[in-house]
Amino acid sequence: MTSEKPVLADELQRRGISRRSFLKFCSSIASAMAMSPAMASEMAEKLAYTRRQSVIWLSFQECTGCTESITRAHKPSLESLIFDFVSLDYHHTLQAASGDAAEHAREMAMHDNGGEYLLIVDGSIPLKDGGVYSTIAGITNLEMLKQVAADAAAIVSVGTCAAYGGLPRADPNPTGAVAVSDIISDKPIINIPGCPPMPVVMTGVLAHVLTFGIPELDSLGRPKAFFGDSIHDRCYRRPFYDRGQFAKSFDDEGARKGWCLYELGCKGPTTHNACATLKWNNGTSFPIQSGHGCIGCSEPDFWDAGGFYKALSTGADNPGQWAGNAMLAGVAGGAAAAYLNRGKKKQASDAVEPVTIDDMRGK
Amino acid sequence: MNEIELLNWARGPGLTYATIFMVFGLTLRVIEILAMGRDKELAEVRASGVANGWRMILKRSIPEPRNWKYITAAYIWHIGLLIVVFFFIPHTQLFRDVFGWWFGGVPSFIIDFFTVLSIAALLYTLVQRFTDPARRILSRMSDYLAWLVTFLPFVTGYMAFHRLGTDYTLMLALHILSVELLMVALPISKLSHAVTFFMARYYTGSSFGRRGIQA
Amino acid sequence: MTTSFEQGINTLKKVIDAPIASYFSSCTSCGLCAQGCVFYTEIGDARYTPIHRLEPMRRIWEQEYTVLGRLKKLVGLSKAVTQQELQDHVELVFESCTTCGRCSMMCPVGNDIVYMIRKMREGMTAAGLAPKELKVAATKTLEKGSVMGFPMDTLEAMVRAAEKETGIKINIDEPNVDYLLLLSSAEVMQFNEIIGALAQIFEQAGVTWTLSSTAHEAGNPGMHMGASDIEAEMINRIVAAAEELNIKRVISPECGHAYMAIRWEGPNVIGRPYPFKVYHIIEVLDRLRAEGRLKTTGCEDERLTFHDPCQAARRGGVNEPQRNLLNMVTCNFVEMKDTQACNWCCGGGGGVSSIESTEPLRKKIFHRKRRQIEELDVTTVVTMCATCRNTLEEGIEDNGMEVEVLGLTEVVANHLLKEKEA
Repeated sequence: MTSEKPVLADELQRRGISRRSFLKFCSSIASAMAMSPAMASEMAEKLAYTRRQSVIWLSFQECTGCTESITRAHKPSLESLIFDFVSLDYHHTLQAASGDAAEHAREMAMHDNGGEYLLIVDGSIPLKDGGVYSTIAGITNLEMLKQVAADAAAIVSVGTCAAYGGLPRADPNPTGAVAVSDIISDKPIINIPGCPPMPVVMTGVLAHVLTFGIPELDSLGRPKAFFGDSIHDRCYRRPFYDRGQFAKSFDDEGARKGWCLYELGCKGPTTHNACATLKWNNGTSFPIQSGHGCIGCSEPDFWDAGGFYKALSTGADNPGQWAGNAMLAGVAGGAAAAYLNRGKKKQASDAVEPVTIDDMRGK
Repeated sequence: MNEIELLNWARGPGLTYATIFMVFGLTLRVIEILAMGRDKELAEVRASGVANGWRMILKRSIPEPRNWKYITAAYIWHIGLLIVVFFFIPHTQLFRDVFGWWFGGVPSFIIDFFTVLSIAALLYTLVQRFTDPARRILSRMSDYLAWLVTFLPFVTGYMAFHRLGTDYTLMLALHILSVELLMVALPISKLSHAVTFFMARYYTGSSFGRRGIQA
Repeated sequence: MTTSFEQGINTLKKVIDAPIASYFSSCTSCGLCAQGCVFYTEIGDARYTPIHRLEPMRRIWEQEYTVLGRLKKLVGLSKAVTQQELQDHVELVFESCTTCGRCSMMCPVGNDIVYMIRKMREGMTAAGLAPKELKVAATKTLEKGSVMGFPMDTLEAMVRAAEKETGIKINIDEPNVDYLLLLSSAEVMQFNEIIGALAQIFEQAGVTWTLSSTAHEAGNPGMHMGASDIEAEMINRIVAAAEELNIKRVISPECGHAYMAIRWEGPNVIGRPYPFKVYHIIEVLDRLRAEGRLKTTGCEDERLTFHDPCQAARRGGVNEPQRNLLNMVTCNFVEMKDTQACNWCCGGGGGVSSIESTEPLRKKIFHRKRRQIEELDVTTVVTMCATCRNTLEEGIEDNGMEVEVLGLTEVVANHLLKEKEA
């Protein structure tokens, strides 16, 4: 049933949320995304007159880690997001309904908000064997994604699985797992990768989408505000890298002095995320600070990048493993070439006649 | 293919294929050379050529002062190459991973210095290839390509380290790919001299040793 | 054979061995060989870059004996060596190269470039491209027994004259003596005082020696052409004479290329080791000195220097003996700045001085020797090769220099302690 929906301002008023709290919410989002203070009031203006956003969250081949992460969000809190600004109409873990009732709620939301709802996906989509490796209510993930995406306003792929295929896609990829963007190409897609993504990044991006629409994205579809820099570029241990001071093993002297973890496999240089600046657990710490190298979890194929404890400069596949065989093949090839060479040389030698005095007199 | 996929390919299959081709090709080349044979020395020798053969391998590396104008740049970048390739810490990680053991590294600012020096020296050798009449008449397309293939790893490495050019991931991928290009070029160009010069110096040294020729 | 382009190409294919393959494989086109070459540095023609002279051979190596080269040939991407190209290289391989070997000293990867030049000459001659003067010299040597074509009678007359002058008997075809002496045509025709000088030295030292009527010529135009078969024929004459006369030591005279031919190339071109040893005359004199059998008095006191003949010194390994002798009979000896293995070629060797058309080139490159001599401010240059002697004298005259050229044996003989004076 489609009815004139109330705008957010009315909703907030009805719920007794003060204007002050509302402005505070907008300021915190703006600062998290490095927007100017002026944007905070603009955001407030816009938000006040939007309708409560319908959000459908589809969970496919995933571990629920992304949901776990987002529930740790501290600013803006997921709580405030869900209760105050979005209508989370479908989410396996957080919804009260189950079974047919849940699917029915989804269909209703799609029908009522056609063309306007936000689709959030976590988990990869298996394609092998007709997609049977992950189904919900008898419908394959592939089919459900296509159905729900058809009428969505935009899609947010949360977590590396939805964004790039993630863990299920790691070699040998037995389920034929792919990313959302490998299936849907006619809707705007925002990738928020990470395994899991940072809570504040998820909520911050969602908040931006609600207020200003889709943020500026990089070549891999990630919001530049959070994924524009690499960990390495913001890492507090960078001076040690520059000076060439590296920990050689966990808990050695260098490790204890907090030296760079490059030799212990840190993928910071090639990983884009906000861990080094915003940090985890309410800004407490991040892996490198705790003494473990970055595993590159917000990049595609990070599971197949050669190993978490092998330095970025090493071969991902042990390049020397075939060297012995290559040399044997070279010997064989050389022997063949040698055989041909000697044959040719002999042929030439046999064809040569001695130079005699007649040749001296001749010409 | 995105940058990280390209990087993973370069670090993974790319490096493996390049290694295989390089080892295969160089082995073949060495045997191909040996196959041509060497006539037995029938004249009465002053000394067995073996000792001088080995000595020549080291001796010809000593620069000839008369030719300083022509060799300085080449010495600079060859020495730079050895230092940068074998003693830059990320590189030492790779060698340690492949061979099980490697030397320690040197501070990165030293590597940086030698990289810049080597790039300058390489550019100068290219100029020499155009201006020195002897070098010019000898230079074929393969000489210029060999120069390019040697130059690219230095430049891409420098750019990657200093976060110049494009996104680091892509720059690193390009650097690794440029090294793979060099590895593939090694057996099939004059760059094979990196391995065959041992043979050339030995043959000449042994012949000189037999005849009592100095140097 | 009947020489032909095909025979030439086949010969070039035949002579490529493992050293040559390693040389072409290692050449980085650095051009340093040019800095060692007297023709390149004095004239400046880029085509005189030593390794460039070998370009036809390089392409044959690449196209015939490398996998990549053969693949390129299959898909039509390689340039075959042509008759015209070989013709163009006659100038580079015979006329502007004395095979002095200074290029081989400069190569950073250790290529013995002159070794390849020698092999390339093999192919050029088989292709019928040997310079006519060398062919003429070879014919004379084979037919008449001497490079300049004089018969044994001429030499015999000189021997008699020397006997008369010195009062010492000089043997011809005498078996079972210590040494068989060879002579080069240039010595016989221009510097034949050496016969008497040697007679005196050997008499004093108590050395028995002989000449051979069938094998008196040390010079070997076969080697200059790179025609190993012809070279072998000439060497075999000497071997036959030494074997017939049962002599265990053969002396190569004051000549550069003769030493290279008889001492180093000989056994390899005839296919078997010698049953005798070979020495440069200066090595023999030095040994006599070391054994105390050479008694001299006084020394040349004018300021003088020594020119090392390329084939004997740099390429032949005879570097110390001449210096020992110089220290004995001269008292004002100064080395050239570039000396011994790095000394500069006079421009006469390798068959070049026999070829008429090379005169302008030789005149130009002589300036290198001129500068070497002038910067030492000497009035005398001593050497141990008759061709070098001729070339130096010619160049000195051309440039109006007041410098005398002497042969080392001659200098030693001049200071022999005479019996009467003892």
